[in-house]
Amino acid sequence: MSVIVFVELKNKISKSALEAVSYGSKLGDVTVVTYGNTSEDTLSEMGNYGAKSIFVCKTLQENNDQQLTNLVVAAVEKVNAEFVVLAQDQTGKSIGPRIAAKLEAGHVSGAIELPENNDQFVVKTNVYSGKAIAHIAIHSPKKVISILPNSIPPVENKVDCTISEFNAEIGDGGIKILEHKSQGEGIPLPEAELVVSAGRGLKGPENWGIVEELAKTLGATTACSRPVSDIGWRPHHEHVGQTGIAIRPNLYIAAGISGAIQHLAGVNGSKVIVVINTDAEAPFFKAADYGVVGDAFEVLPRLAEAVNKFKASQN
Amino acid sequence: MKILVCISKVPDTTSKINFVENDTKFDENGVQYIVNPYDEWYALVRALEIVEANGGSVTTITVGTAADDPTIRKSLAIGANEAVRIDAPAEDPYFVAKQIAEYASKEAYDIIFTGKETINYNGSQIGGMVAEFLNLPYVSLATKLEINGSQAKLERDVQGGIEVVEVNTPFIVSAAKGMAEQRIPNMRGIMAARTKPLKVVPPVEQNPLSSVVKFELPAEKTGCKYVDPENMEELVNLLHNEAKVI
Repeated sequence: MSVIVFVELKNKISKSALEAVSYGSKLGDVTVVTYGNTSEDTLSEMGNYGAKSIFVCKTLQENNDQQLTNLVVAAVEKVNAEFVVLAQDQTGKSIGPRIAAKLEAGHVSGAIELPENNDQFVVKTNVYSGKAIAHIAIHSPKKVISILPNSIPPVENKVDCTISEFNAEIGDGGIKILEHKSQGEGIPLPEAELVVSAGRGLKGPENWGIVEELAKTLGATTACSRPVSDIGWRPHHEHVGQTGIAIRPNLYIAAGISGAIQHLAGVNGSKVIVVINTDAEAPFFKAADYGVVGDAFEVLPRLAEAVNKFKASQN
Repeated sequence: MKILVCISKVPDTTSKINFVENDTKFDENGVQYIVNPYDEWYALVRALEIVEANGGSVTTITVGTAADDPTIRKSLAIGANEAVRIDAPAEDPYFVAKQIAEYASKEAYDIIFTGKETINYNGSQIGGMVAEFLNLPYVSLATKLEINGSQAKLERDVQGGIEVVEVNTPFIVSAAKGMAEQRIPNMRGIMAARTKPLKVVPPVEQNPLSSVVKFELPAEKTGCKYVDPENMEELVNLLHNEAKVI
């Protein structure tokens, strides 16, 4: 069984890339398809997770949905792949369905587990904004699976891995990229394993120092609730919830967020939720694993200090 | 400017999610349906703004049964000029996208809008599939769209940042938060919507390529363990030894 795994790399291997490679290697022999200038040394790391072959298109430098689709489909034809696996990130959402349409393939978007071992091909995916799980069967010979970041941990599985240049007839892209604005160096929210988030309870943007301090101590990424990004206290890309980003970190710490159903829809995939709120009646406590009824202005610095002590004791 | 907006009906965001018939069907009992918020607040409203500024018309398209008509009328009340319903249950994304592409291929739309995802299936699939069927560029997760003649400038969310991109009409765009502000339909709009055209079109033949075998509800939280706000060492201890997340 031959599997194409598409990964997008910015000169380093992302966790979601390893998740996709690892997932693909459970389905069959993995050929990775990627583009750009990432070094061979870096690419070869994917061999530790089951990639037997890596195709790199160096002539393509930017993310253009039509060209990437054509590239992946050319690779599928070359190795006669039955599966295409990719991460359900921004690029995955852009090209996953395109690839499926071109291959006349059923597409599971947002898979959270490996396929079930049954007569038919069935994969679980989150639906109803994380409030339910659907078991989706694919009936077509070719299958496209995009996997939700932080759902299926990568597993080491070292194999011999060859890297080759891959150029196909990919045509012109209809989209011209004028500018790329980076959000900075930190781990992007969808990939973050630890997230510290705060809401209106923080009372103003000038008070975010204690949130950032705790995040820094933990090595976590910061996030916020919708009202906070709507009034401009925090940047739009930090907003998690129904209309913002849906995340599923290992640990989600929420301070001063009441836990409206729309906020929960974006974070209910978190493995462990810690809620800090002065209001013991805040609905978020019902969805929490650990609760602290207290003032974020006192609790967050205290928690940062405790984490610091813990980290020092670990060294 | 001739614009098509894909509209889907979804349960209200506060709906209780349950399943019936051995967990194979969504329990519609007591559920209020709304227009998918991404389709309505961002895609439809931005389409209307563009037509208000540049002239033209906004058509909505839905793949569904007569049960979808109330939400289609809501889109007309907000301001769409006409609506099309492909008369078939929305089987799977491939089936739905095929129907929309088939209809759109005969109409020469300048822009086709979708919401970034529906809040029931969260699949983000229709826009990309329609784009591929029509061989058009697809700007996904767009938060801004300005149009100047046949040229559009958009901002979209990409991995680790945002991109400013340029694309010529015709193209397909999926709308995310930021694109526009929600509009509440007024009485005049609601009255006018009753007489606006809602064209019902038979589907083209297409087998669905996927199906839902069953649904399940996620395991419930076992309950919240409260920690003394004075004792954050205890919380760290629990996160390390019990939850094993740090």
